Amino acid sequence: MSDIATPLLAANDLSKEFRTGRREKFTAVEGVSFDVHRRQTLGIVGESGSGKSTTARMIARLIDPTSGSVEFQGEEITQRSGSSLRDFRSGVQVVFQDPYSSLNPRHTVEEVVSAPLRYQKRTATGGYRNMVKAAMERVGLNPDHSTRYPRQFSGGQAQRIGIARALIVEPKLVICDEAVSALDVSVQAQVLELLVDLQRERDISYIFIAHDLAVVRQIAHKVAVMQKGRIVEQGPRDEIFDAPQHEYTKTLLSAVPSIDPRWDAGRCS
Amino acid sequence: MSAHPSRPASDAPVLSVRDLRIEFPLGIVVDGSSFDIARGQTMGLVGESGSGKSMTSLAIMGLLPKEATTTGSARFHGDELLHRSDASMRRTRGDQIAMIFQDPLSSLNPYYTVGFQIAEAYRAHKGGTKAAAMRKAAEAMDRVRIPDAAGRVGHYPHQFSGGMRQRVMIAMALVCEPDLIIGDEPTTALDVTVQAQILDLLAEVQEMTQAAMLFITHDLAVVSQISDHVTVMRFGQTVEQGTAEQIFSNPGNDYTKALLAATPRLDDVVDLPEPILTKGGR
Ligand SMILES: Nc1ncnc2c1ncn2[C@@H]1O[C@H](COP(=O)(O)OP(=O)(O)OP(=O)(O)O)[C@@H](O)[C@H]1O
Ligand SMILES: Nc1ncnc2c1ncn2[C@@H]1O[C@H](COP(=O)(O)OP(=O)(O)OP(=O)(O)O)[C@@H](O)[C@H]1O
Ligand SMILES: [Mg+2]
Ligand SMILES: [Mg+2]
Repeated sequence: MSDIATPLLAANDLSKEFRTGRREKFTAVEGVSFDVHRRQTLGIVGESGSGKSTTARMIARLIDPTSGSVEFQGEEITQRSGSSLRDFRSGVQVVFQDPYSSLNPRHTVEEVVSAPLRYQKRTATGGYRNMVKAAMERVGLNPDHSTRYPRQFSGGQAQRIGIARALIVEPKLVICDEAVSALDVSVQAQVLELLVDLQRERDISYIFIAHDLAVVRQIAHKVAVMQKGRIVEQGPRDEIFDAPQHEYTKTLLSAVPSIDPRWDAGRCS
Repeated sequence: MSAHPSRPASDAPVLSVRDLRIEFPLGIVVDGSSFDIARGQTMGLVGESGSGKSMTSLAIMGLLPKEATTTGSARFHGDELLHRSDASMRRTRGDQIAMIFQDPLSSLNPYYTVGFQIAEAYRAHKGGTKAAAMRKAAEAMDRVRIPDAAGRVGHYPHQFSGGMRQRVMIAMALVCEPDLIIGDEPTTALDVTVQAQILDLLAEVQEMTQAAMLFITHDLAVVSQISDHVTVMRFGQTVEQGTAEQIFSNPGNDYTKALLAATPRLDDVVDLPEPILTKGGR
């Protein structure tokens, strides 16, 4: 079995405790392990408050785990600092759950979207403007709006600014935390297609956190289900969707809303 | 247009929007929107991202950015809401009209505990002591299924998950028992089980208080379940309007049809690129 590739990313027994008072602590994540290979997408679904975003933030090294480790390309990154942390950060992009609050309100979209280019000190002939415009266009934003400020965009447009920012460099891993939830289904389909196309072309991996299970089924190769800080079940996409083992997964799947069946006209078209 | 003097007062719409137009120096974002919502009824507002749904709701709340100009009218129990003074709008907001915003993190105050914020919303409109309002806040957080609500009233917004913050907003909207509830994507950050509970809670509150509801969402399945009427927007315009049954079983507009067709379904399985699982694999 020496033929098995080293996963791009491996989370080993990650836990996170938050201090919530002078004496109280709260365990937000407990014993979470998974791996993601190149050109693979891991979907994370589960209860609101179960630790999905906290896990994402530990993987991106925005917060330190209380215990456990993260390996990127076979190397431990939990202890990295300085330029080796910078190398890691260049390969990993995050699309955050709250679109507006993750965009600096005083920066124009051009400044926001080109930030990863500046961080990596990339040079581009004619500056970053053309790259920003191309990135905006790919996510269905009007490139002429690149001089506007985040507040001048709608919720779904702001979300797409975050996606454009993540994709402008060539990341190896993109962590999408509810990255398409503010989009109408038609723009959402377009963005999902873009993500899959980029995966095919550039071998990108994704960690895709979402409450919309139908969307997760369309993008993820495998799925982890979280509840109360733990992964209660993980496995290949179709196993999780067609033959869920854990009670919570079953409950979740049975609660997925569908268009009132009496009226379902979209079905046949 | 003929008036209906014989119509009983309870039939008069709670909210009546006519030819609402919202313009920014950079362009028109809502171009002639009209709809009514009666007591106990829910209007689902759906449409393209950027089509003017949030702007419509902000106009009703008197919360549009200063550089926006509005024409047309939005009447609440017959009283004009547009172009009112900030002070008079503040009295109406919360007390009679409550809004659940699209981005909970930026609409909660980071420097106050969530319990305090709900309690103040309650006290501003219903009065009473701080201690009583704090108990109300804990009760409200419990109703929106925040685990260990009594223990968490003293936490700050950043200590909550995205979906928990959204539930705090819902709790805040419901404590004042408003006549009109506006929800802008109020359940998108929730897992489907909690979402189902919150939708039940909203229906229950609506049944009890007969509140009118404007519900903005991209989730057409949710819209089909909770709406009496549906408005579909695109590029600032209303492209279709009708009862939920009309819109879902017999959509007339091509954009509405495209949206219905693009709705992801749990049994749709698509082909994905093959992951690289072996060393030589490409
Ligand atoms: N800084 C913090 N201090 C204290 N508790 C926190 C902090 N950040 C998160 N938590 C708690 O950790 C738990 C997990 O939060 P997290 O944001 O990871 O959930 P989530 O799965 O992303 O939920 P959602 O689907 O609602 O976004 C929650 O109970 C939350 O209140
Ligand atoms: N301050 C502003 N100046 C100019 N245009 C603005 C401003 N704020 C918003 N807009 C534009 O107004 C339009 C309508 O925005 P609105 O927030 O109402 O969209 P929405 O239908 O709620 O979209 P979403 O589903 O993405 O939240 C958008 O195209 C947006 O770019
Ligand atoms: Mg989250
Ligand atoms: Mg909006």
